[in-house]
Amino acid sequence: MSGVINGVVLRITYRATMGRRRALIFIICPLLLLAITALLKATAHSPVWPPEFLGTFGFTVVLPLTALIIGTSVLGAEIDDGSILHLLATPVRRSSVVLTKFVAAATLTALFGAVPLYLAGAIATGPGSKLAGGLLAGGLAAAVVYNAVFVLLSAATTRAIAVGLLYLVVWEGLLGSLIGGVRLLSVNQYALGITNSVAHLHALHAHLGLTTALIMGVIVTCVALALAARRLASFSVKGDAS
Amino acid sequence: MTTTIELSNVSRWYGNVVAVNDVTMTIGPGVTGLLGPNGAGKSTILHMISGFLAPSRGQLTVAGQPSWRNPDLFRILGLVPERDSVYAFLTGQEFVLATARLHGLADPAAAAGQAIGLVEMGDAAGRRISTYSKGMRQRIKLAAALVHDPEIILLDEPFNGLDPRQRLHMMSLLDSLGTQGRVILFSSHILEEVERLSGTIQVIVGGRLAASGDFRAIRRLMTSRPHVFLVRSSDDRLLAAALIGRPSVNAVELTPGGLQVRAGDYGSFTREVAALARQHAVSLRELLPSDESLESVFAYLLAA
Repeated sequence: MSGVINGVVLRITYRATMGRRRALIFIICPLLLLAITALLKATAHSPVWPPEFLGTFGFTVVLPLTALIIGTSVLGAEIDDGSILHLLATPVRRSSVVLTKFVAAATLTALFGAVPLYLAGAIATGPGSKLAGGLLAGGLAAAVVYNAVFVLLSAATTRAIAVGLLYLVVWEGLLGSLIGGVRLLSVNQYALGITNSVAHLHALHAHLGLTTALIMGVIVTCVALALAARRLASFSVKGDAS
Repeated sequence: MTTTIELSNVSRWYGNVVAVNDVTMTIGPGVTGLLGPNGAGKSTILHMISGFLAPSRGQLTVAGQPSWRNPDLFRILGLVPERDSVYAFLTGQEFVLATARLHGLADPAAAAGQAIGLVEMGDAAGRRISTYSKGMRQRIKLAAALVHDPEIILLDEPFNGLDPRQRLHMMSLLDSLGTQGRVILFSSHILEEVERLSGTIQVIVGGRLAASGDFRAIRRLMTSRPHVFLVRSSDDRLLAAALIGRPSVNAVELTPGGLQVRAGDYGSFTREVAALARQHAVSLRELLPSDESLESVFAYLLAA
């Protein structure tokens, strides 16, 4: 009987994700973040640049893009190339496949998104600073929620990257800055809310409190994973789920 | 209870396109070939049997259970998909071993070793799948499908990419698995593959079951169908007059490109045409069977 997280699927997913060319992108993104942070540390004079830059660049570019690339490839790439058939032609529960793919994506995003964000915070304000700790907490939360959403998109559509980009740019970027209610369904705002609950910095521009961010984050994660498992249970060849 | 695959009035459509149309068949132990031209609906049927497509209408059971949304079925079913995509970064050994573990086998290493041995991939099992030829990929996919010793094995175009020696080996392997009482169902668009391997066939044409049963009976029906030949000679009109008097010839049409001859008996016509030409001092320049494609054979079966 397979457990909830399947070790074989997890190992294959790690190897497959790290072996693809797009892995270069999620290695380059954090390197860019660290390089710019070091440059700003050496040149910037404004005291609010660390939360301004890391809150904006970290949570609207580095983390969501890393999560998008990883979250859509752990399941979506196998659906695209058909290799998922070898995995699904076994008695492993579809819910177990989805949870395992999600865990793989979330841990890799934490490694290539949340940890570099913490390191950037440490470079900017010191390793024990509240900002660095907040960025780590917010980054880990974002890695979890974003990947639940992107794994769902992979199970639901063959255009997961395009739909994910639309969500990030239009929903979070455009509508999130114009309409207050949209922030309740914005992963970016959950991450900033959690970061701000540790760092307490106005310059982060967080609009949600810790409780709201946590509750909404948990709800979105659970609903997205449940829908993804349901979708994969109805997986049909050619990538359609009827 | 005997393990069988049962399709009862099964149809599958995509929007307005009907891929499989009202198919009823029962597949029991032994080797069964699913024969039909490309695009006939063979893969759709295999995908429905393996639970990767839901029938739009009708009943489909495998060993008495519905296959759709039933991954537990893979405890007794092995699938070799047509698509070549496997985890190319794994070695053959890692791939089959991972599959054994996904099946939760008690001794996955032993099961993987045995399955790899069955398909004669022991020497190459340590190499990455990305370095394999198409034939080697087919065989390692078969090893993964066999690793849990399934009662039912579905193979979608298993001979694609195999060289003649590998084909013979695959045929003998499938034959021995069928002799052991397993249900082996494979699809193919190549008549000779099915002929050599399978006593029972299901012929699918245009999504419909065109013929079903013993291969030899269906083969006779295929070879005794009317054949159309294109004949060019030094005197087409004279040859046409001579040909129409022969019982093996049903019709002759004089066309600008030569004679189009409809023969009722392939063997008699091909023996007689040369003798007739010589008898009337006509030189034969070209004699071409013009309807030998599998599609025309299958279309005839459908109409018969």
